[in-house]
Amino acid sequence: MAQKAVINRPGRRRALGVYVRNNWQLYLLLMLPIIFVIIFKYAAYPGLRIAFMNYKPAKGYAGSEWVGWDIFVKIFKDKDFHRALRNSLVFNFLDLLIGFPVPIILALLLNELRFPRYKKISQTVLYLPHFLSWVIIASVSLNLFKPETGLINILLKNAGLIEQGIPFLTEKWHWSVTYLLIGVWQNMGWGSIIYLAAITGIDAELYEAATIDGAGRWRKIWSITVPCIRGTMVTLLIMNLGRVMGSNFERLDSFGNVQVKDFQYQLAIYIYEKGLAGGNFSRATAVGLFQSLTGLLLVLASDWVSKRLGEDGLL
Amino acid sequence: MVTNAKTGTEKKESIWTGVNRVRASDFIIAFVILLLSLTCILPFIHVAAKSISSNTAVISKTVYLWPKGVNFDAYASIFKDGQLTYSMGYTIVVTVLFTIIGMVLTVCAAYPLSIRGLKGRPFFSFVLMFTMYFSAGLIPEYLLMSSLGLLNTMWVLVLPLAFSPYNMLIMRSFLVSTIPDSLYEAAKLDGATHLQTLVKIVLPLSKPIIATLSLFYAVGRWNAYADAKYYITKKALQPLQYLLSNMVLSSGTDAISLSENAAVVSTPEVLQAATIMFATLPIIMVYPFVQKYFVKGAMIGAVKG
Repeated sequence: MAQKAVINRPGRRRALGVYVRNNWQLYLLLMLPIIFVIIFKYAAYPGLRIAFMNYKPAKGYAGSEWVGWDIFVKIFKDKDFHRALRNSLVFNFLDLLIGFPVPIILALLLNELRFPRYKKISQTVLYLPHFLSWVIIASVSLNLFKPETGLINILLKNAGLIEQGIPFLTEKWHWSVTYLLIGVWQNMGWGSIIYLAAITGIDAELYEAATIDGAGRWRKIWSITVPCIRGTMVTLLIMNLGRVMGSNFERLDSFGNVQVKDFQYQLAIYIYEKGLAGGNFSRATAVGLFQSLTGLLLVLASDWVSKRLGEDGLL
Repeated sequence: MVTNAKTGTEKKESIWTGVNRVRASDFIIAFVILLLSLTCILPFIHVAAKSISSNTAVISKTVYLWPKGVNFDAYASIFKDGQLTYSMGYTIVVTVLFTIIGMVLTVCAAYPLSIRGLKGRPFFSFVLMFTMYFSAGLIPEYLLMSSLGLLNTMWVLVLPLAFSPYNMLIMRSFLVSTIPDSLYEAAKLDGATHLQTLVKIVLPLSKPIIATLSLFYAVGRWNAYADAKYYITKKALQPLQYLLSNMVLSSGTDAISLSENAAVVSTPEVLQAATIMFATLPIIMVYPFVQKYFVKGAMIGAVKG
């Protein structure tokens, strides 16, 4: 109870020590998550040094020799790495290109939907895929898209449109389209929430004034709704651009198979297969470091651009 | 639409007549939404129908959205075999522990960081957020788990991911925006310590966000399996999603099937459909009831993501 007296007597120039003593409980609370991230996250950073070593798991850190930038030199000559990098960039870019506009269009449509009951139910349904794991989504996709037994192929054959089943998931070009569209589908409903929130914030008087001026529905969407959510669009676009180096291991792993390896082989898969499965720890660490660093630079750059444009940054 | 709802109630007119009457374009929009919604339900109905259809109907490819020759043999084999039911129980335990630890850490971080004027706040925020933007990567993390002795234990699924900086941010924005400074001042004047303020004032006011973030944590843990693939080789410690992946998606040596004494009479197609439904149904059943919390959380996250 000694603290109480001190708290009630505000000094003009409180020293840091006094402040901490008065608020020690806050710092005590903070220490728990701080110590936690130090043990489970920060403690992993020293392990990055094996990107500069010829690391042999049996010998450990002490027994492995330092090799400088050798590993990186090897990686940049590695055909597999080129392929993984190319696939990561191309697929993430395509994800963004197709995946970015869809939630916006969906939000605009949902906003125009007149029947409130129906709107609520359809929103609930549209958000569902976001809550299912990639394993479940991939398993269900197999049931739809297998060449012989998949529902879509059965229906197309019955309708006489095709003779042979379409290899939606087992031929790399078909796979690319299916993979990308399923990604868009999985995220469209959930992604629309943020735009719907932005639309809710638009001043209703704008629409009333436009109605009096004789503006029709599409005119109002184009001249009021879209400009009013432009800020949100720009922020999200930049944030997503900052993530083009990342890759979702579970999504790739769930949809992977031997026939589509050429396109499915992205950085996350490279790191897993060379590193954990193949035992080449140094090489996988170096690629991971490359991925993390370029990812960090992209995020910083997009934050800078976003703030430059007068939008909220993300940091 | 906000305006239409407002003017509609003011004028008290039917939506079928008058200024706000339903037009053809309303039906076109409703139809497009209907099609999109169907793509989110029909695939699951198809798999569900398959899972309770007879072998012959499935082999002859005549099961679409309605089951034919209804029977529950495939589900009976799943329960008799016990692998999936065991894994589900285990995954529930992991998820509950993970969610509790995650929430405790989130509250411990978000409450102090939401207090204005806390000395060192930018530094502590930075320490907590940095890992979100720069990860050490798979191999260093694997080596860390190995040296912590967590490989092939349940705790490797519970601890490393338990603190989510993103969820902490959401909680902090919630606290900053909903709890007025005057409330803290009043508590201070009444002689309450920070811990008393947290327990007696902040937590009761944060019930909705605690519910939301708990669900974020729980669903995240329930759905993830990459860490299990990295860190766990013992079958008994694998969570449900990983088991499902090995049963349905894997064709290699790590593929898992039901044991012989499960007395499987279903074809692989039917059995797979039942396995998928077994793992999907729990989520689909609780989803409609908890969905609104998610949307709230996403909205708060949208303000400052």
